[in-house]
Amino acid sequence: MSRDLKTLVSQGLKSRYRNERIMRSLGVTALLFASGFLLLILSIIFSQGYRAFTQTYIEIPIELSTADIEDISSINFQNKIRDGLRELFPELQARAELADLFRLASRGASIDLERDISSETPPGTINFIALASSDVDMVNKGYFVDSESPRGRLSEQQYEYFQSLTDRNLISRQINTNLFLKGDSSYPEMAGVMGAIMGSVFVLGITLFLSFPIGAATAIYLEEFAPKNRFTDFIEVNINNLAAVPSVIFGLLGLAMFINFFGFPRSAPIVGGFVLTLMTLPIVIIASRAAITSVPPSIKEAALGLGASKLKMVVDHVIPLALPGMLTGTIIGMARALGESAPLLMIGMVAFITEIPQTIFSPSTTLPIQIFLWADSPDRGFSERTSAAIIILLVFLILMNLIAVILRKKFEKKW
Amino acid sequence: MIRYLVQSALPSVLDVEPESFQFIYNELLNVHAEIIPFDASNTTHTLGLAVYVGAINTVSISKMLLFGSIVLIATMYALYRTNPSFNARVHAELMIKWILMLLSMISVITTFGILLSVLFESIRFFGQVSIFDFLFGTQWSPQTAIREDQVGSSGAFGAVPVFGGTLLIALVAMAVAIPFGLFSAIFLSEYAKSSTKDILKPILEILAGIPTVVYGYFAALVIGPFIRELGDNLGWQLTSESALAVGLVMGVMIIPFVSSISSDVISAVPMSLREGSYGCGATKSETIRNVVLPAALPGIIAGVLLAVSRAIGETMIVVMAAGLAANLTFNPLEPVTTVTAQIVTLLVGDQEFDSAKTLAAFALGLVLFVVTLLLNIYALHVVRKYREQYE
Repeated sequence: MSRDLKTLVSQGLKSRYRNERIMRSLGVTALLFASGFLLLILSIIFSQGYRAFTQTYIEIPIELSTADIEDISSINFQNKIRDGLRELFPELQARAELADLFRLASRGASIDLERDISSETPPGTINFIALASSDVDMVNKGYFVDSESPRGRLSEQQYEYFQSLTDRNLISRQINTNLFLKGDSSYPEMAGVMGAIMGSVFVLGITLFLSFPIGAATAIYLEEFAPKNRFTDFIEVNINNLAAVPSVIFGLLGLAMFINFFGFPRSAPIVGGFVLTLMTLPIVIIASRAAITSVPPSIKEAALGLGASKLKMVVDHVIPLALPGMLTGTIIGMARALGESAPLLMIGMVAFITEIPQTIFSPSTTLPIQIFLWADSPDRGFSERTSAAIIILLVFLILMNLIAVILRKKFEKKW
Repeated sequence: MIRYLVQSALPSVLDVEPESFQFIYNELLNVHAEIIPFDASNTTHTLGLAVYVGAINTVSISKMLLFGSIVLIATMYALYRTNPSFNARVHAELMIKWILMLLSMISVITTFGILLSVLFESIRFFGQVSIFDFLFGTQWSPQTAIREDQVGSSGAFGAVPVFGGTLLIALVAMAVAIPFGLFSAIFLSEYAKSSTKDILKPILEILAGIPTVVYGYFAALVIGPFIRELGDNLGWQLTSESALAVGLVMGVMIIPFVSSISSDVISAVPMSLREGSYGCGATKSETIRNVVLPAALPGIIAGVLLAVSRAIGETMIVVMAAGLAANLTFNPLEPVTTVTAQIVTLLVGDQEFDSAKTLAAFALGLVLFVVTLLLNIYALHVVRKYREQYE
């Protein structure tokens, strides 16, 4: 009898162990799939975006006479750039050829030149490092090396000029300061994320300024002061549900309430800040409540036992002990808000804005929305910048999460 | 105030017609601000300015008196109330408690604000389009005419294709997210050593932290074209906006969500149940299949419902990678549109606020809000009950 049972069990063992291995490998596969996907996203974004951090420039000799220096306002900088280019290719005479040649330099080059020249500039010839047009930039960065036509969108002549310039060592690649310092532009080589970053800073500033105090107050009220009754239960259920409401619905709220009802301006960071405050509030509240509950009751009771009032107990003991946890929750909420774009689309923050916003009422976009806008453009120069903007956004997010992790690690206490 | 004083005092020193007062007053303002140079020979300037400066002084003195008296009264009231039997602390704390309560009401107000703003605009929409046409109609083309006489201008608001598309994409997303999320959760909470966990968990957290706009860009740029090329190789005509591409990326986005909720639920299953199963000679996988998963099932289902509500509420991925044409189809290789994508396209850009086109977005928003709210309430209720069961 027992021998039979033993054989029976050992017969089944093989398939049972196989099932065991299958279960295990399914788990490993799932995790490999997830991490593989993450790796794929990051590597594609990085491989597309890293080239946007440098930019192609052309060295052009600019002739400045004494008369020019004396009266800077009368200089036609566009013509100066053109004269310089002509000097590099003295053999070109025909109008069409020259027009082709002039298109090698960006429209932004003359603006840069204007900025560089002051009344102190000594007259004579200076070698000006002029911004090249996006088409030149794309060719120079080697986007078309393996394709059928290595000249990309340049015309045949332009490609010849480009090669002649390369042979003369006049083409260079430098750190792309425009990307970090300029606002949006319709020319890829002049477009940057500074405007969007400022918009994000304004929006996040308002969100932080509102959601931390309100969230902390709510958490303190619910944990320390609120009576346990139906109404408090309702607030609690309500907060949990609010955390799961789709973000686009908050955009509808912002549009109907803040813009149509209260008459706030469209596209303004202040409305974005309000909307994102309401959206991040549940995250802040839930994290703050967890932080407050983790304060051991013995400390609270000790304070009360020494005659402290409830408010004194909260202000002097609960809040200082719960503050790191509250801040961690707030930072995580801010990180969510930084990456959020759907509700901001609704309130009109999606617009082509070239100026860097100065106040919380001036029209602006945010970093994710800038990504959304650039992602739509078929221009290669913009798709490169889209990936670069994503990299910048991810760097900000990683920094914020890192701060949250460090804060948690540093102040984490086991009671 | 200053203007009123000047107006009543000016006729006594100068001859002014009531009609020309505004002109003189503006001139005085400009002279005082030194925009217009002071002219000593001009009587309007000399006499008028004296009146104007006098009025300014009167106003500032009365302001000072007003504030002074308020401060005085407040101080006296405070002094009057300050006596040994008055317990100020109780009052101050009560006030702070009230302030805290008011601040905690903001989240309740938000919910009602959402409901009201969506509801009001929806009611206006249903005044123009019948609610049955909206909920059961199968034609969706919200482009209403700009001019009255335009061809094909009626605009059709049958939202069934939009709902269908949303469901289809959510279905594809869940088909990716549930198995992968659940198996990662099982592996992480039952099999993985804590050192492996320390490496694998952050990977899922990063996946959860990537902004949706990045997923959208990725779906539109990589997965969509990839699936189209795959179809080309197999001889199918596919678009790069297929529901499959969108659902796949959305599914990956939701994996961490399913995984973390399932993980919580699985670790909440008491150890004694597992040990009982091991004691009967069951292997780990048998224990998981026959004991842990059945015990955790209600919680897992609730987590899945929450994930579904995220999938149908997800916006950026569909806006960037899904189509806009409303197709009523259950073939995931065809492009479909979703509720959120329609809301965004209807509302982005300039709009007048009484066209059916704009209001339709709010009606869709109402449906989205109600559906996700019901899913959430039910799921959170189940999660709560489940936790209490094992505590």
